Amino acid sequence: MSARDHTAAGPRTLEARNLVKDFRLRNGLKFSTLHAVKDVSFTLQAGRTIALVGESGSGKSTIARMLARLETPTSGQILLDGTPAGSRGREVAAYRGDVQMVFQDPFASLNPFHSIAHHLERPLRIHNPGISSDEVRRRVLELLDRVRLTPTDKMAQRRPHELSGGQRQRVAIARALAPGAQFIIADEPVSMLDVSIRLGVLNLLAQLQREDHLGVLYITHDLATARHFSDEILVMYRGDIVERGPADTVILDPQHDYTRTLLGAAPDPERIGMLRDEVRAAVTKENA
Amino acid sequence: MAEPTSDTIVEDETPMASPATAEAVRATERSVAAEEATTLAIATRRLGGIRHLLPTWSGKLIAGVVITGLIVLFGLLVPPFAQNPRDSDNPSLQPPSPEHLLGTTKLGYDVFSQLAHGTRESLFVGLVAGFVALFLAIVFGILAGYFGGVADEILMLITNIMLVIPGLPLVMVIAAYVQNAPGLGPLARSSLLVAIILGLTGWAGSAIVLRAQSRSLRTREYVAAARVAGEKPLRVIFVEILPNLVPLIAAQLIFGIVFAVLGEAGLSYLGLGPTGSITLGTMLNDAQTGQAVGSGAWWWFVPPGAMIALLGAGLALINFAIDEVVNPKLRLAPKVARSQRRAARAGRGVAGGGAVA
Amino acid sequence: MTEAVLTVRDVSIEYEVDPPVKAVREVSLTLHRGEILGLAGESGCGKSTLAYGINRLLKPPALMTAGGIVFHDRSGEDIDVVGLADEELRRFRWDKVSMVFQGAMNSLNPVINVRAQLFDVFTTHRPGMSKRDKQRRSEELLELVGVDPKRLSSFPHELSGGMRQRVMIAMALALDPQVMIMDEPTTALDVVVQRGIIREIMRLREKLGFAVVFITHDLPMLIEISDRIAVMLQGEIVESGTAADIYRDPQHEYTKKLLSSFPSLRGDRGDFVRTGHQPISATPAQGGAA
Repeated sequence: MSARDHTAAGPRTLEARNLVKDFRLRNGLKFSTLHAVKDVSFTLQAGRTIALVGESGSGKSTIARMLARLETPTSGQILLDGTPAGSRGREVAAYRGDVQMVFQDPFASLNPFHSIAHHLERPLRIHNPGISSDEVRRRVLELLDRVRLTPTDKMAQRRPHELSGGQRQRVAIARALAPGAQFIIADEPVSMLDVSIRLGVLNLLAQLQREDHLGVLYITHDLATARHFSDEILVMYRGDIVERGPADTVILDPQHDYTRTLLGAAPDPERIGMLRDEVRAAVTKENA
Repeated sequence: MAEPTSDTIVEDETPMASPATAEAVRATERSVAAEEATTLAIATRRLGGIRHLLPTWSGKLIAGVVITGLIVLFGLLVPPFAQNPRDSDNPSLQPPSPEHLLGTTKLGYDVFSQLAHGTRESLFVGLVAGFVALFLAIVFGILAGYFGGVADEILMLITNIMLVIPGLPLVMVIAAYVQNAPGLGPLARSSLLVAIILGLTGWAGSAIVLRAQSRSLRTREYVAAARVAGEKPLRVIFVEILPNLVPLIAAQLIFGIVFAVLGEAGLSYLGLGPTGSITLGTMLNDAQTGQAVGSGAWWWFVPPGAMIALLGAGLALINFAIDEVVNPKLRLAPKVARSQRRAARAGRGVAGGGAVA
Repeated sequence: MTEAVLTVRDVSIEYEVDPPVKAVREVSLTLHRGEILGLAGESGCGKSTLAYGINRLLKPPALMTAGGIVFHDRSGEDIDVVGLADEELRRFRWDKVSMVFQGAMNSLNPVINVRAQLFDVFTTHRPGMSKRDKQRRSEELLELVGVDPKRLSSFPHELSGGMRQRVMIAMALALDPQVMIMDEPTTALDVVVQRGIIREIMRLREKLGFAVVFITHDLPMLIEISDRIAVMLQGEIVESGTAADIYRDPQHEYTKKLLSSFPSLRGDRGDFVRTGHQPISATPAQGGAA
């Protein structure tokens, strides 16, 4: 455990406090308000993973964007180690040095024009002003090595379209680590990848988290991987957190109706044939 | 320089066997965003920086480059060696002959020499106007598109006003006003001034196009990723967005040059052009006032007109080739259908074609 | 359920680019009447290409280079799908075999309403049908898939994702086909909506007796709902069998790998749907090494 993951008062924290986000929608001449996030609070600690689970429209991606400072909350606060994150230039830059994001789409989150090295060099230079070119180069190769993209010097020269989806997500993870961030927001990091490589990428993220004692916010709609990779699960529905607790508890002993519905709807091979029998019985009853 | 489009495996580790193959196989199995990425892959090569944006050689591109290249060479290399275009010592209205390859005008000027100088001057006007218009289009278009909000509203207001005012009358009014303004001296009737005026009035259309693309690119995740990484807005624009707009910008520039050359011809024809210089437009104007048509002196007005047309055609062909970089499907589709037909004819198809859904 | 309704024998499909790509390699499978056959595989394995091939919907540069497809009609007639042309093909399509496409939510024409799109199907394949009959049948179909018949006047953008999917299914059912091919029909939908749609499909199957080829990468779901499953990798079927066999006794390496990519929802922490790998320690709290 390195010293930078602790403050004097204990482990580092990223806290969302009473976050609210409203969007104004325009439908012709009429205006309406979409309450995407309605008063959400949680604390992410360095070294732990929290899963934010929900369907589309639940607000989970909006929370991710607010924490990444891509959207400003309508009200509420984001606190890094207990102090509110500022909104002006230098404060935002400092915040970004600590909080980074891995995006969902491996094809869209890398600029097709630039090399892989460019994607990693930029954050390194921005957050380490005055760093020498040699040092940047060394760190780029080191990052590629950590995310297991080898041979590193060849990978650095390539362009995004020459990499597979899984490789691109590894680059995205490396980019998030480049500024030396302590907190990573992973917005559905594997949902657009092929099934057989998803676990590889999630395992990588888990390993990096262990090595650097990162705090990870894992946003997903997949309950199985949420349970598998996180300590705590927050279930979101239409902008509210309807249930929260340790991962196993939420999955095996759900309290809220929506959680139960969600769990009931998730595919479970153990229930093989049950849906067919159920439907068959219902149809027979109808015909009778 | 560039290789033919059907290049094959670069390296075994790359996930795409060959760009064309990747595009074909994945076309039915990927989402739109991924498809965009792979289509870009077809147009690119594993080369550094900007080279992968260059169009691949095709008939259109070769024709366009050859035509434009020849015209440029003509305009640059011939004038120093040709007769003085304002030397009126020659017999007037002579048809083409060995001494005067394109004959002479009413005032005895050598048409061939006039054509060479005129081409150079017109190219100059086109380039200056094109770049002035492009610069303004970039400022008004890309900045408006990226920043949105109040900046967008203000910039778009100005752009829309420029767009709504009819182009040629506006240019005429400005040209007439400026050229009669005192104190400008020889500048008043020079091609530089006309070029600047054309540039200042012709940027609005390109600005709209660039703004639309910038707005679209702004929402791309790699732009968001750059912001999260901590990039400043201007850097995001120039390093992340602009490079992806290069083909579009090149097309707009070429458009601008063509319109400037035509605009100058139009102005000159109305007598508002750079009468102090010789351009293709002033040649046409002189031919008209000198009753070239009436005298049957085709060698006087056909060459400048043909030169304008050829220049426009050459630049347009280059633009088509650039279009294919932006949207490689334009290039691949006929090739794909051709290879399909070939295979079917060779008896490799079991089912006949299979109609499209 | 033992009678075959569709026999695919040694079908190969190639993409005629340079160099040619073999998307489907000598694939053989049999679809039985009324059964749900799951076709599992990841992107690029050829499952969608195969589906398009069966429907004779291949676009250049895709070309079927070998193989035969035979459709065994209810009436007892055997139809050689590969040899169909023009008029016969039009009569075959949608009437015997219909398809729900991937990205079905974007497959509806955005500028015409639902009624017009359903009517299109009838106009094309049942030219003699009267307008009143078309209206009646359209209402029937929407009710069948659980959509309010009043929605016939709606435009696609006015419907939710789940509803649009149901409309697509209604269109596919319009002519009472004997086989429905569904290419990732629920992939973009929320899991709750997805279950609703699947339940609907199964209910319709019970009532109308059609067979379904369900194409997806979601193996746990296939195991839950399919009668039989075929696993595809790089253009070939590497394993096929009943859902129970695939789940409890997978033979091929790739099947095992695929199964082990899905963590178990309710099993022990660290378990996969099929323990193919050692358990992963996700957090320091759990201790242990990866």
